[in-house]
Amino acid sequence: MSAPTMSTSMTPALSAPAKLAVAAVVAALLVAAPFGFYPVLLMKVMCFALFACAFNLLPGYAGLLSFGHAMFFGGASYICAHTIKEMGFPPEAGILAGTAFAAALGLVAGALAIRRQGIYFAMVTLALAQMFYFFCLQAPFTNGEDGIQGVERGTLLGLVDLSDDLTLYYVVAVIFVAGVALIHRIVHSPFGQVLRAIRENEPRAISLGYSVNRYKLVAFVLSAALAGLAGSTKVLVFQLASLTDVYWTMSGEVVLMTIVGGMGTILGPAVGAAVIVMMQNYLASFGEWVLVIQGCIFVLVVSVFRRGIVGEIKAAAERRRARREG
Amino acid sequence: MPETLLKVSDLHGWYGESHILHGMNFEVRKGELVTLLGRNGAGKTTTLKAIMGLLRQRKGSVAFDGTETISMAPHRIARLGVALCPEERGIFSALTVRENLHLPPVLREGGMTDAEIDRLFPRLRERWGNSGAKLSGGEQQMLAIARILRTGATLVLLDEPTEGLAPVIVQQIRDALLELKRRGLTVLLVEQNFRFASTVADRHYVVEHGQVVDQMTSDEIAANTERLEAFLGV
Amino acid sequence: MMELIGIPPQALFGQLMLGLINGSFYAMLSLGLAVIFGLLNVINFAHGAQYMLGAFAAWMLLNYLGIPYWGALVIAPILVAATGLVIERVFLRRLHDLDHLYGLLLTFGLALIFEGVMRSQYGSAGMPYGNPLPGGVNLGFMYLPWYRGWIIAASLVICLATWFVIERTKLGAYLRAATERPEIVQSFGIDVPRMITLTYAFGVGLAALAGVLAAPAYQVSPNMGSNLIIVVFAVVVIGGMGSIMGAIVTGFGLGVIEGLTKVFYPEASNTVIFVIMALVLMVRPAGLFGTAK
Repeated sequence: MSAPTMSTSMTPALSAPAKLAVAAVVAALLVAAPFGFYPVLLMKVMCFALFACAFNLLPGYAGLLSFGHAMFFGGASYICAHTIKEMGFPPEAGILAGTAFAAALGLVAGALAIRRQGIYFAMVTLALAQMFYFFCLQAPFTNGEDGIQGVERGTLLGLVDLSDDLTLYYVVAVIFVAGVALIHRIVHSPFGQVLRAIRENEPRAISLGYSVNRYKLVAFVLSAALAGLAGSTKVLVFQLASLTDVYWTMSGEVVLMTIVGGMGTILGPAVGAAVIVMMQNYLASFGEWVLVIQGCIFVLVVSVFRRGIVGEIKAAAERRRARREG
Repeated sequence: MPETLLKVSDLHGWYGESHILHGMNFEVRKGELVTLLGRNGAGKTTTLKAIMGLLRQRKGSVAFDGTETISMAPHRIARLGVALCPEERGIFSALTVRENLHLPPVLREGGMTDAEIDRLFPRLRERWGNSGAKLSGGEQQMLAIARILRTGATLVLLDEPTEGLAPVIVQQIRDALLELKRRGLTVLLVEQNFRFASTVADRHYVVEHGQVVDQMTSDEIAANTERLEAFLGV
Repeated sequence: MMELIGIPPQALFGQLMLGLINGSFYAMLSLGLAVIFGLLNVINFAHGAQYMLGAFAAWMLLNYLGIPYWGALVIAPILVAATGLVIERVFLRRLHDLDHLYGLLLTFGLALIFEGVMRSQYGSAGMPYGNPLPGGVNLGFMYLPWYRGWIIAASLVICLATWFVIERTKLGAYLRAATERPEIVQSFGIDVPRMITLTYAFGVGLAALAGVLAAPAYQVSPNMGSNLIIVVFAVVVIGGMGSIMGAIVTGFGLGVIEGLTKVFYPEASNTVIFVIMALVLMVRPAGLFGTAK
């Protein structure tokens, strides 16, 4: 493969003290934020941020661009909503059910999609997601166009009443941080290193004896599961599951968030999610023009700012460091 | 003394971040057959690509028949009369021998006719209808050369034509090259096989690390075979 | 004529014809995608939007300039192809050396822009476009509307003509050679970058032409492209991208299969193509006519 892979733009990881600083800033922001912004908006940001970070595992570290992640995000939300509303599950069980479903769906979809590479992989994931969308459209338990509404937030572990926005905010924040921490752990583990080796030079990885497809599949399932976690959590926030979450535009949005924020970075997708969700919120009155703006951002980022926000910041910091040392 | 057809001055070239050519200087006169000798990685193929315009990052001067071509696109350079026969030969497997031969457009007058090519390369005539994929290495090489001769090119850049070929085929390539010389074509040849080169070429430039480090005649080559063997690793 | 398993021949052949019509569009669009992919190695996600723009161009030509269908059939594809020329020259060319997924993302962004602009101007509902060939003929086992017959005939001609140009002419030989080894073709004196730009424009024009054909049959709406393109992607995965004839055969074939499914098992009709895709992936990942990779 002569063309460089997508994440050649990946800049080196931060040093340990820098990472701690970033973590501290993020923690402070998370604690303080609900006093400046509406908790529901922030929770929406965090759910999509987790979705985007989960999605990013594939293109950012395994070199696989999935264009069908909505099926995990939305599919999990349907399962979570259904188990809570129709089967009386408590919230933590609903979230678990949704996440497990997403993982299982990831296993099936991944096994099929991984048979092709590159562009074909993207198209297959898109087509599988569309198939899932049609299934959701027609299945009785999803209520079609209406979706599953009025889902009770319930009481977490029988102790914490989630009907209060602020309380739920901190729970969602914990889920978000745990999810991102897990992703960080995966990326920097030996498993993550093998993934990156596969992305950089697959033939060499094969010749070294790695069962490349198995690694890809595991990455796919992990990405799907965490996307499902995000989708299930979103159900608690908005108390509803709808067709929008399984439609292909949702898959496209998470790609947009990730490339805007920075594909080869851990926090980049979260930043991208924040940008896009905030933009959608404040430009809601513009109607269809939001779609146009998103398209323009896509074109701009792909043409000129391929590293994304966090990627560009890292690269600039790297240049400054090199200049100082050199 | 015949006039200069190709003059390369201070040619620098890069592949991405790698600086391959560090100021190549040489010239080829009309009707000459000149070789670039050197080890793998010396920059010989890169030089040919740069002359053809296929090396995007290049600087310096490449004057062909008086025209400066350093910033030209490859198809424009081709239309001036330069042709490249790359190492991979580039025979299209989806086309027959005949289709391969007729693929490049005839750009200028003076190219060989089909009849002349038949006489020069009788083996190809036998394979007229075969798919390009079924040719042996030697046949592919001859087809690649024949293909260019139709177009009327005046400067032929040949990249390692004898690589991987049996001695008896190498002889046929040699005969073909001598015939080209007889017809007045100018050839810039890249070779590692200096013994072969000394049987066809007038002059030889020795290339190392992207620069011309020496110039030799064929007699000087004959007198220095051991040294050259060691140097070129052949 | 006999009745198949209790289904009246009218219904069966009616659906078959609808299937052939859908297949016509699948074939034309996957052909355009295959041509673009062959030379540019880019999946033109904007293909559906460009199909939609073709239909809209026809609608606008009629409603703003009074140019009827037969004029639109020529003008609309040229107009939309011109936008394709600009897109390739300005955007796609700079992505040429990078991972081909960037091309997919860029054209995806363009699709969003095209669809968003049209949706903001014309809403999401469809607008009618008059049938230029009203009426039809009763063939006994079914009723054939003239316009539907025209769609099938026109798309067959277009597909076969494209196949002929690519596989049997000198221009097509250059195209195929440039797909394999662009540098060598450049060294022959052929302006490969320009050929690439024109090929993209041609593929886009083909999509727009399909859009004009579609306008009287379906409504003209900003959404008409995006729902179609995903099915076309599945068609392309099934057929494999290596072969032009493969794209045509797969397109028509899947349209017919979809039509038959609607007769015998209607609930599955919008997913049957995806199911087939899943099966093909398991059995023959390169696609039915595809070459590996």
